[in-house]
Amino acid sequence: MTAPTAGPAVGPPLGMLAELTHRCPLQCGYCSNPVELLKANRELDTQAWLDTFEQAADLGILQVHLSGGEPTLRKDLERLIACLDARGVYTNLITAAVTLTRDRLEAFAEAGLAHAQVSFQGACAETTERVGHYKNAHQKKRQAAAWIRELGLPLTVNAPIHKLNIHEVPDFVALALELGAERLEIANVQYYGWAYLNRAALLPDYDAVMRQVDYVEKTREELTGVLNIDFVTPDYYADYPKPCMGGWAADAFMITPDGTVLPCHAAQTITSLAFHRVGEKPLREIWENSEAFNRFRGFDWMPEPCRSCERKEIDFGGCRCQAFAMTGDAAATDPTCIKSPHHAALRDLPPEEPIRRRVVGRQSAST
Amino acid sequence: MTPFRTRVVITSASRPLVPPHVHLRFDDLRGKWVVLAPEKVLWPDEIGADILGRCTGAATVSDIVGGLAEDYDAPAEQIAPDVLAFLQEWCDRLLLRCEETK
Ligand code: SF4
Ligand code: SF4
Repeated sequence: MTAPTAGPAVGPPLGMLAELTHRCPLQCGYCSNPVELLKANRELDTQAWLDTFEQAADLGILQVHLSGGEPTLRKDLERLIACLDARGVYTNLITAAVTLTRDRLEAFAEAGLAHAQVSFQGACAETTERVGHYKNAHQKKRQAAAWIRELGLPLTVNAPIHKLNIHEVPDFVALALELGAERLEIANVQYYGWAYLNRAALLPDYDAVMRQVDYVEKTREELTGVLNIDFVTPDYYADYPKPCMGGWAADAFMITPDGTVLPCHAAQTITSLAFHRVGEKPLREIWENSEAFNRFRGFDWMPEPCRSCERKEIDFGGCRCQAFAMTGDAAATDPTCIKSPHHAALRDLPPEEPIRRRVVGRQSAST
Repeated sequence: MTPFRTRVVITSASRPLVPPHVHLRFDDLRGKWVVLAPEKVLWPDEIGADILGRCTGAATVSDIVGGLAEDYDAPAEQIAPDVLAFLQEWCDRLLLRCEETK
């Protein structure tokens, strides 16, 4: 831990999220990808990713999350997995799993994939299809999950929760048990990227959120030793913000499809910060010395009320991106905090509109 | 369809096993033991890592306790409850699996 008074000491990072592509067959209205998606021709090539992963391993990365978009659309995914596995890095595949074949999954397993996480937009076929806008998505996901288990890989069911499916939380638990998952991630949507754009249509009401919290806490207890339930709580109704990734640039970072290195997936929304790409500079240089990474490291950057708050080592002043989105100042106290002067404004939602689908090249509203 | 998993209760006859997808290794850069599991990085202390290293699926909890008692020069009855509690906790987090005695 960084001492509050010392300048930010930069230790080695633990984890890295690699967004290999923004391409995705689904069009979820809550996607955390930026609203301006990158086309395939902006993606790093195989050699650039391999080189990046080698540098990440040298830097001390222990876990990599291979994500997107849909990472399995990259034809070189098995090569990337093999490279990481050879360096002892733990690989997590984050997939929507609608275009996977058993052979492909087997190739990933042989390359050394450690764990697969399959997202389910709903706990039943109807909801999954309605949210992701992909025909037969639910059946395909169930099939892929079964293959993952057959291949002996541990399975996580990822359930992004919002207004359209919050009533299905108990069914998600049943689904995870039925599929033999060892982990269920009940992840309340975080409102940036597409989700911020669509927040009025996605944000569940207060009572539904409270019912969900009670249910998840009780069930998590009951299923100890059977199913690990990780709960990403909805912070819109909380009094205090969630900790941001254990602190800005504290132990993880992410890389976008074109190789831009970011402290978190929404960091590019902070338009006052400049970020570098792999290839321009060594990864170590970016991690240890770049201005954007150092800007909110440690505690010295904090204004009041965070600076003298006893919770600052718990939540690190909350989310920088949310602060910027709602106040225009990235260093401000996260408005989800009750001590923020902007806290009340948080509940002012724009009028509800149809959900805008996640598509490359922003598109107008559809159903 | 695979039957639902049930919670494992560790006894002295259990044969705990670190499953293949849970990686226990020494991290040279940081100079300590690390356990890598789905979305988890854990840092067991020396003794914790030693116990986990003995969870091969072949040795019973009694065997493990016996081995530890010998290597650490401590009475088996004294360390057994701690070892059991440790293993139960790791089992509950699905970081250990158990083969019951047939
Ligand atoms: S004032 Fe700042 S540090 Fe204190 S709880 Fe609010 S966000 Fe966290
Ligand atoms: S700044 Fe906000 S969006 Fe970025 S990682 Fe932290 S919590 Fe997440």
